[in-house]
Amino acid sequence: MQKISPETIVGSRITNQSLRRWLHSLPGVDKVGLEQRAASLGTRSIKTTSKAWALDAAIKMMDLTTLEGMDTPERVRSLCLKAITPDPTDLSTPSPAAICVYGDMVPHAKKALEGTNIYVAAVATAFPSGRASMAVKLLDTKDAVKNGADEIDMVIDRGAFLSGNYLEVFKQIVAIKEACLRKDGSYAHLKVILETGELQTYDNIRRASYLAMLAGGDFIKTSTGKVSVNATIPTTLLMLQAVRDWFDEHGVMIGVKPAGGIRTAKDAMKYLVVVKEIAGEAWLTPEYFRFGASSLLNDVLMQKQKMKTGNYSGPDYVTVD
Amino acid sequence: MRLDVRKTYKLFIGGKFPRSESGRTYRALDHKGEFLANIAQGSRKDARDAVVAARSAQSGWDSATAYNRGQVLYRIAEMLEGRRDQFVSELQALTGISEKKANLEVDAAIDSWVWHAGWSDKIDSVAGNMNPVAGPFFNISTNQPTGVVAVIAPQDSGLVGLVNSIAPAIVSGNTVVVIASEKLALPAITFTEVLATSDLPGGVVNVLTGSEKEIAPWLASHQDVNAIDTEGSQNAVELELKAAENLKRVIRPGSYSRNGSQGSLQHILDLMEVKTVWHPKGH
Repeated sequence: MQKISPETIVGSRITNQSLRRWLHSLPGVDKVGLEQRAASLGTRSIKTTSKAWALDAAIKMMDLTTLEGMDTPERVRSLCLKAITPDPTDLSTPSPAAICVYGDMVPHAKKALEGTNIYVAAVATAFPSGRASMAVKLLDTKDAVKNGADEIDMVIDRGAFLSGNYLEVFKQIVAIKEACLRKDGSYAHLKVILETGELQTYDNIRRASYLAMLAGGDFIKTSTGKVSVNATIPTTLLMLQAVRDWFDEHGVMIGVKPAGGIRTAKDAMKYLVVVKEIAGEAWLTPEYFRFGASSLLNDVLMQKQKMKTGNYSGPDYVTVD
Repeated sequence: MRLDVRKTYKLFIGGKFPRSESGRTYRALDHKGEFLANIAQGSRKDARDAVVAARSAQSGWDSATAYNRGQVLYRIAEMLEGRRDQFVSELQALTGISEKKANLEVDAAIDSWVWHAGWSDKIDSVAGNMNPVAGPFFNISTNQPTGVVAVIAPQDSGLVGLVNSIAPAIVSGNTVVVIASEKLALPAITFTEVLATSDLPGGVVNVLTGSEKEIAPWLASHQDVNAIDTEGSQNAVELELKAAENLKRVIRPGSYSRNGSQGSLQHILDLMEVKTVWHPKGH
């Protein structure tokens, strides 16, 4: 696909003024309508074969995540083993799409996942706050890419965004995208974390989504999981609308990744319904939709066990992570 | 003329009063067949939610000191006393017994609750042991709560039977999911109102109303339930078979009297596990 230049999309040279004009020309979000639509999609009942499909799909679309200060190489390795064999009692269980770790854990994850097609995603750019100089952010990213990270989860500079300095945010994403360049000329997949919980309004979330897509993000991701408001269905719905409209207008498919606070299989299925209804079935693949989650996998496994045996399962039958 | 406010009661899960997920209710009738109140008809999904609530409350309740658990239970006894008139009138309406008899049942229920409360810090004094071993070790057996207990409360005894089924389970640190008597559910609901305003942490006692036949098999086969008391079940054998899947402890119907003003230590111990520790003797 031919890449359309940001200048063509915005319709002039990229300056803070032109970005502001472009972003503020986006239609405002109807808050009540958005939340109502999200709530109504959440009431769908998914049963039997559809449920079985959805549970497997949720696992395949998962970025199994551990982002704790107390992470150790051993902990990352055990998480990788869990990704390779999520449920030892049912070897037909699919693997998650990726393991998501801090940059210094990439070599350990890479080694543990050798020979599998599970990706390693690294958070970079002074995750989760993003408060570091550009040089540090670039180095952070390059280091993770050099160590073999397949995907980079970057955070935007919310301070700059909220104070209206769109150009700064744009420039940073473009620069990080360049830092994702590998030696062989290919790029590590770039996910742009908007941290929707800090963006205050739905209008801002829509603008941040467009800005990230304009700057060349391959994915837009809701949250770091480190602030009090994480992924919600309305924000994810809003971002799915954005990627759908972006595809209609520019022919480029961008992925969406809700992250943080998605803990139950039931929640995951609500998200899948929203993906199908808003963006369409083309997005129902790990290539274009991901869940960032740590405890979700166990709940999905318990649901799968319930479907298989007919009995409600319990935490004694999945691993302690 | 004034119209009575007809009540529609709800379930008691995790310290809250949710409607049944199924949206169903059934009618509670008095002994003459007249309408008394609408009662939530719990479903298997309510049972599932109740087990989750009971599980998450278990470690906290278990790790409270025995003394503290006892104090919480004593406080509930005080509050039961305060609701005496309501219990008496409900028992009379449901079963048609005299006021005197109803008062005797409430007496028995409160006395039994106090009797059980007293056991909280005495179980190990009586049932724990220092075992003789052939080596320089202390070898100590103590009793630990088994975890989450499903209780199918007696069908024919609305209050004292309920109390004598819940108290032996929670006094040691277990949490319970109770299916109340289907016909005599009203005292169980009033009892939950007592619990909700007491110091008992949410989720320690969860009460489902509805059909035992419908809900109990799901609790019996639930892999995260550690014991089941089948006292009020019509299909106790079927439940015991299901319970065998994860080696639940099972109390069979008729094992213990549920009508008295005191219970049985053995009943309490039936819902506990023995833990034995070896400790080297000093020099």
